[in-house]
Amino acid sequence: MDEGAAGYPLRFAGLDFVARPSGALWWPARRVLAVADLHLGRSQRYARRGGALLPPYEVADTLDRLAAEIDALDPARVISLGDGFDDGPAMREIGNEARDRLDRLAQGRDWIWIAGNHDPEPAAPLSAHSLPGRSMAEIPGTPTFRHIAASGPDISGHLHPVVRLAGRNWRCFALGAGHLILPAFGTYTGGLAVTARPFRALMPQGLAICCAGRMFAVPI
Amino acid sequence: MTLPPAFADWFARSGWQPHPHQLALLEARRDTLLIAPTGGGKTLAGFLPSLVDLHGNAPKGLHTLYVSPLKALTADVARNLMRPVQDIGLAVRVEDRTGDTPQSQRRRQRADPPHILLTTPESLALMLSWPEAPRIFATLRRVVLDELHALAESKRGDQLMLCLARLRHLAPGLTATGLSATVEDPQALARFMGASAVIEADPGPAPDIALLPTRKPPPWAGGGGRHAVPDVLEAVAGAKTTIIFLNTRAQAELFFQAIWAANDDNLPIGLHHGALSREARHRVEAAMAEGRLRAVVATGSLDLGIDWGDVDLVIQVGAPRNIKRLVQRIGRANHRYNAPSRARIVAANRFEVIECVAALEAARAGDLDGEPRGPGPLDVLIQHILLTACAGSFDADALFAEVRTAGPYAALTRADFDASLDFAATGGYALRVYDRWQRLMLRDGRWQLRDPRAARELRMNIGTIVDAEKLKVRRRGRGGAILGEVEESFAATLAPGDSFLLGGQVLRYDRLREMVVEVTPQPGREPKIAVYSGLKFATSTRLSQRMLAIIADPARHAALPPDIRQWLAMQARISALPGPGTLLCETFPRADRWHLVIYGFAGRNAHQTLGLLVTRQMEDAGLAPLSFLAMDHALLVTSLEPVRDVAPLLRLPGLERGLEEWLADNSLMKRSFRSVATIAGLIQRNRPGGRQTGRQATFSGDILYDTLRRHDPGHLLLRATRDEARRGLVDFDRIGDMLARNSRIELRRLDRPSPLAAPLLLEMGRVRLGGSGHERLAERLAKELMASAGLGDLTDG
Repeated sequence: MDEGAAGYPLRFAGLDFVARPSGALWWPARRVLAVADLHLGRSQRYARRGGALLPPYEVADTLDRLAAEIDALDPARVISLGDGFDDGPAMREIGNEARDRLDRLAQGRDWIWIAGNHDPEPAAPLSAHSLPGRSMAEIPGTPTFRHIAASGPDISGHLHPVVRLAGRNWRCFALGAGHLILPAFGTYTGGLAVTARPFRALMPQGLAICCAGRMFAVPI
Repeated sequence: MTLPPAFADWFARSGWQPHPHQLALLEARRDTLLIAPTGGGKTLAGFLPSLVDLHGNAPKGLHTLYVSPLKALTADVARNLMRPVQDIGLAVRVEDRTGDTPQSQRRRQRADPPHILLTTPESLALMLSWPEAPRIFATLRRVVLDELHALAESKRGDQLMLCLARLRHLAPGLTATGLSATVEDPQALARFMGASAVIEADPGPAPDIALLPTRKPPPWAGGGGRHAVPDVLEAVAGAKTTIIFLNTRAQAELFFQAIWAANDDNLPIGLHHGALSREARHRVEAAMAEGRLRAVVATGSLDLGIDWGDVDLVIQVGAPRNIKRLVQRIGRANHRYNAPSRARIVAANRFEVIECVAALEAARAGDLDGEPRGPGPLDVLIQHILLTACAGSFDADALFAEVRTAGPYAALTRADFDASLDFAATGGYALRVYDRWQRLMLRDGRWQLRDPRAARELRMNIGTIVDAEKLKVRRRGRGGAILGEVEESFAATLAPGDSFLLGGQVLRYDRLREMVVEVTPQPGREPKIAVYSGLKFATSTRLSQRMLAIIADPARHAALPPDIRQWLAMQARISALPGPGTLLCETFPRADRWHLVIYGFAGRNAHQTLGLLVTRQMEDAGLAPLSFLAMDHALLVTSLEPVRDVAPLLRLPGLERGLEEWLADNSLMKRSFRSVATIAGLIQRNRPGGRQTGRQATFSGDILYDTLRRHDPGHLLLRATRDEARRGLVDFDRIGDMLARNSRIELRRLDRPSPLAAPLLLEMGRVRLGGSGHERLAERLAKELMASAGLGDLTDG
């Protein structure tokens, strides 16, 4: 389909993927859509801790963008690469409207929540919070889908890669020989420059594929 | 009050005569604003009523609070104040309290405050947030607000006025005294502080001001005044002590280096600016006070305060940008109160000569410029509400009444107050989801913090100064000394091996470690980069208009130096001279970009607005605009495609259509939002446990702005942002007037920058645009990087 062709085609672990302008990863052969670091419920967590009362719209905003990708690609499987929720209580307090939306999005698809460092409750029954899908620590295979890059080849999130170019930060995919790291998809997320140490350790050489209307890549 | 004999004796013993304005202030019964030039004994005038009041009877407790904009000033004033206190033998305790005061002393001050406490607006706001504030300030009789003209120019002044309203409530009957340099509208400043009387001191003899004659003419562009180094050195040698003012830190660094390179007589000359470490600044201030320096190269960091008694010459290098600031800087050279101030001006380039000539005319005529103040901003009010809750529960009606007694908030509506309170309490969102997590709760009719622990975080984020994030610069190696600080955005452009100037040293950037820039000094090397921003001044509208009047009228060119006359003649030959009735525009290519210059002479704010509107039109026309720079005489726009016809871009209906849309979505609005959201406590600068800069956890204020705009367009902070942006922008009518005035639009297509355009290319402070131009540029850069890294084919399979 046409929409599936939008984005930046890349080859990783001998397989063909597409880096989408939204920051999602599309695996056409298996019809898998992967997104990293949704951090749903972040504004709730700040408020709970007595911090600033952030505009409470980031769940709706993140789900809007996720829904647009799902509408465009009709994936068989959707993978949240960890930190889907900003913390454990956020899963409980996400609200009925968001739960219903997630339900509708997950309808007829295999929906997998990989555990992250923010939401390390793979054992917590999703159904107890009326959330769709199943949770896993990681999805082993070639490549492995996990939250934090380990022994490659793997596809991960956690680091929120960004690259600074032409005077601003761009969310980006970080692509090395053994690791493919997705940008954070959540609305209220920041970024770590790909020049930072964690990236250098994982990929001495690599590419930063920048999320923009017309995607482009720079060497790391 | 009259001057008691002990004080009269002290004046006589010191060989002084009390100034009439010092005695007038002593007799004043009401809140008073004193306007006096530097060297007029202003600070002593402010304290004299307190000292006389405490003379012979100094009951325990805080009597006088002194607030100044600078920490350095409080220490200096404390020292100066100790002299009469000791000489007259007063049993008066004087202490200062700033962010630098040791913890032990702060604790003692809290339990047992001194008679006279010297502090800053931020420290005062902090003290008022303590639960024991009512007890501490109950005994307060006098408040002295120093350098009020400077404070009133920013939100620090609004915050201070809210704190003053609080103090007036806690200590009914206190007397407030404002101290100010010369300002254009004394009555407005008096209303600002709620004073009912103004005392204007004798301004003294007219200053002796002129352009400094230079052997070499100023360069075509930029230059930082280095052509004048030999002449400046000569002037320094002929004076006792000189302050050499430059407009930016980078210029000060470069000038300092250049002057030392030519300083064959080894005249002791120091450097002072806001990016230097506190220790370095203190060393220079102390050397200056002890008369060990013949000159100091400085920026706005020396605009205020410390009364250098021996300074007899001020040299302003670079156009002063603003007549009032020039007059105030000239006032720094006041050997004696009754001697004329002597000041010389050096134009850094040829364009600035015209500005300097115009500024000198204005200064001699006493024609000061200044923008009227807007009403008190809501973000500052929100912070004040939250801090009030830190001190204890409050009644909304009472707080509203109190806030309205503050000058800037005299016209605050109840609806705006309630909306601010609602934001502080619940976030004020259309989607009301924070019932359980409100910051403020209404209990028994009084508002209070839901979680008292939140007070700590709120107190850590006090203040209205929203700076660019700064990084410390440290000499590499174990225990390396801190040399100063640079803007984070500047540090981000450095690659290892790059060198830059700081504190007169060339430093090599080695690495960034734990948010500290590590460097190695490189004596004798040429710096690769000398630019890091710091404060930037805008030329006032009034000065711009005076400049156009000179340029447009060839009869007045006679007042200009010969090289400037030649330069204007060259402009007339290569392009054209701007003049009444014709709007001059130029286009030319340079460094891979197209440049469009519009000589509007409508002032920076109008050009800013015009820049936003014109670039929108250019975006629609597919010209891929990248950035624009609004100066006071002109607007410069860069784009990837050339502008072939400028008239369609300047058609009023087209501009008007874009107005509302761009108001919502542009980088100026985002910049304003970041500042508003930070002051209102939505974005936290400091959190318990340290800074978070550069980590994955923090996300930019731009994201909050975009989210609010999409999901809650009526939100209070968006309104506050628009209000703030509008203050910096001129209403659309001004642009319409400019276009109507200039019935003809003349576009000159050039193959290189014109003489008038050249200086613009060197100015900092461009507004970057978020349109397609940057995406295309980033893409182009990316391709080049890929090709040079030999990675062009890595993704092909």
